[in-house]
Amino acid sequence: MADVVVERGRVARATGARKGSSLRNALGRKSTVAFFLTLPLILLILLLVLYPALYSVHLATLNKAMTKFVGLSNFTFLFKRETFWMVVRQSCIFAITAVVFKALIGFIVAHFVHNIPAKGQRKWRGMLLVPWVIPPAMSTLAWLWLFDPSYSAFNYTLSFFGVGPIPWLGDTFWARFSVILVNVWYGAPFFMIMYLAALKSVPDQLYEAAEIDGANWWQKIWHITLPMMRNIIAITTLFSLIVTFANFDIVRILTSGGPLDTTHLFATWAFQVGIQSSDIPLGACVSLFMVPILAVAAIFILRDVNKRGNEA
Amino acid sequence: MSTLAIDKAGPSRKVKYGSMSRDRTWALRWSYFFLVLFAIFFLTPPVYMLITSLKSSAEISAATNPWWVFHPTLSNYVELLSSNQFLRFFWNSSIISIIVVIVTMMISIPAAFALARMKFWGSATLATGVFLTYLIPDSLLFIPLFKVLGGVQELTGITLLNRWYVLVFIYPTLTVPFCTWIMIGYFASIPKELDEAALIDGASWLQTLTRIFIPVALPGLIAATIFAFTVSWAQFLYPLVFTTSVDQLVLPVGITTTLIKGDVFNWGQIMTGALLGAAPPLVIYAFLMDYYIAGLTAGATKG
Repeated sequence: MADVVVERGRVARATGARKGSSLRNALGRKSTVAFFLTLPLILLILLLVLYPALYSVHLATLNKAMTKFVGLSNFTFLFKRETFWMVVRQSCIFAITAVVFKALIGFIVAHFVHNIPAKGQRKWRGMLLVPWVIPPAMSTLAWLWLFDPSYSAFNYTLSFFGVGPIPWLGDTFWARFSVILVNVWYGAPFFMIMYLAALKSVPDQLYEAAEIDGANWWQKIWHITLPMMRNIIAITTLFSLIVTFANFDIVRILTSGGPLDTTHLFATWAFQVGIQSSDIPLGACVSLFMVPILAVAAIFILRDVNKRGNEA
Repeated sequence: MSTLAIDKAGPSRKVKYGSMSRDRTWALRWSYFFLVLFAIFFLTPPVYMLITSLKSSAEISAATNPWWVFHPTLSNYVELLSSNQFLRFFWNSSIISIIVVIVTMMISIPAAFALARMKFWGSATLATGVFLTYLIPDSLLFIPLFKVLGGVQELTGITLLNRWYVLVFIYPTLTVPFCTWIMIGYFASIPKELDEAALIDGASWLQTLTRIFIPVALPGLIAATIFAFTVSWAQFLYPLVFTTSVDQLVLPVGITTTLIKGDVFNWGQIMTGALLGAAPPLVIYAFLMDYYIAGLTAGATKG
C-alpha cells in the first residue's frame, strides 16, 4: 500500500519534469538511488571483511614461508600438538564459565536495581555500568596491578583474614580463575543493562495477578519473568558467548597466555603463533578454529532476532 | 457462594497486607545490601587506579596500606601530560576516533536509510549480512588483514603497515555494521506517513533523508556516534598488530608497551595513563548516559 503511494509520488514528479533526460530518470529511480546509498557499505563488507575471511582460509593452506601450498598439513600439525588441545579446552572453559557467571550476576543485579524505588535506579544503574564503559585494555591494567605478585592489594587485604598469599597469575588454577574473574567483571554490567531493560517491559499486571493467586517470589521469577525475558536472555547470552570466545585484550594483558600456555585462548595463541613467531599460516589456521562455534551461535542469534522482529 | 468466599477472605486480608509490606521492606534492605556489595566489586579497579595514580613511586614501593594515599601527589599526571610521547598517543587516539566516527556515519546512515525504506532486490539479504558482519570478531580477521595490508602496500607502494592512518580504514569494519543495524531500527520506527508526505511534496530521496530522517532519528544517531567513538577508542588488537613505531601507537597499546619497561613496572604512571585513557569514554558516558544505554540495548531490541 505504502509502496503504491510512493510510486505514484514518483510518477507525478516524473511527469512534472518531462524535460529530464533519461540519465536523470535512471538516477532518480529507487533502485539506483538505493544502490548508491548502500555501495560504501557493500564495498566495506566485501573488501575488508569477506575477502580477508576467505583469504585466511587460503593462508591456512600455505607453508610457513607462504611459498607453497601444503593442503591440510597445518591442521594435522595442530591436531598433534598438545598445546592446541589445551587451547581448545581452555577457550571452552573460559567462555562457558564466564558467560554463565556474567548472565547470573547480571540477572541478580538487574533484579536488585529493579526492586529499589524508581528514583534511585538511575544512580545505581549509572554506577554499575562503569566496568563496561572503561576500555578493557585500561581496566585490565588495573586488575594486573591488583594481582601484582609482590604488592598485590588483594593479598594485602586477605592477609587480615589469615588467607595466605594467593599466586593470582602465577599458578595455573588461579591464573585461569583470574582471567575469568576479570571477564565477568567487565561483561556482567552489559547483561545487567539488557536484563533491566527487559524487566521494565514485563507488564506489572502479570505480577499483580500472580500475587493475588498467592505466588511466591521464586514462582514469579520462574513462571513470569523468565518466560517473558526468554528471547532477550537468549540473544544476550549467545552474543556474549561470541565475544567472550573471541576475547583477546584481557588474557593478553593479564597473563599473555602463561603460565606455560595454560590460559591461552584461540585469539591470544593465534597472535603469538601468527604475529610474534611470524608463522602467519599457522596463526590463520588457529583462528579459523573459532569459526564453527561462532557460526552456530550466530545462526541461533539470527533466528531469535528475526523472531523478535516478527513479534513486534 | 461467591459472597461466602469473599467473607472468608475478609478477616485474613489485613494480616496478609501487613506481612506483605514487611516483606517489601526486607526485600528493599536486602536489595540495597547486595547492590552495595556489587558496586564495591564493580568499582574497585577504577577506584584503585585513582588511588595509585595519586601516589609517588616511593610510596608504592614502601608497601604501606595499598588502599590509602598518605602523601597525595599529582606528579604522575604532570609527568605524563608533559611527556610528548604520551600526548602523541592521546592525539593519535583522538584523531583516529574522530575520523572513524565521521566515516562510519557517512557509510551507515545512507545505507540504513536505503535498507529501512527502499525495498530493493537483495535488501533483506544485505540487512542480514550486515548483522552477521557485526558478529565477526576482530580476532578472526587480524591475521588475514595483516597480510592483505602488506599485499596492498607492495602493490601500490603506499606504506600502510605501521602507520596510524591504516586504522582509519580498518576500524569501520567494527563500527559500521552495528551502527547501520541500530539506525535501520530507528529509521524503521519513523511513521511512513512522514516520508510519503515529503515525497508527494516533491522531495527527493536525499532530501527526505537529510530533512526528515536524520532530524527525527537524532537520538539514535547520537547513540550510534557514541558507540562508534567508544569502540574505536578502546580497540586494542588491531593497533597492536598493525602499528609498532612509538610515534604511531594509540593510547591502549602505547600505555601497555612503553610504560612497561622490561620487568620494571612504574605502576603510578601506568595507572595514571590508564585513567587518562579511560577518561574520554567515562566523560561521554557521564553526560550522555541515556543515549549510551539506548545504543547498548537497541542492538537486541530493535530491528
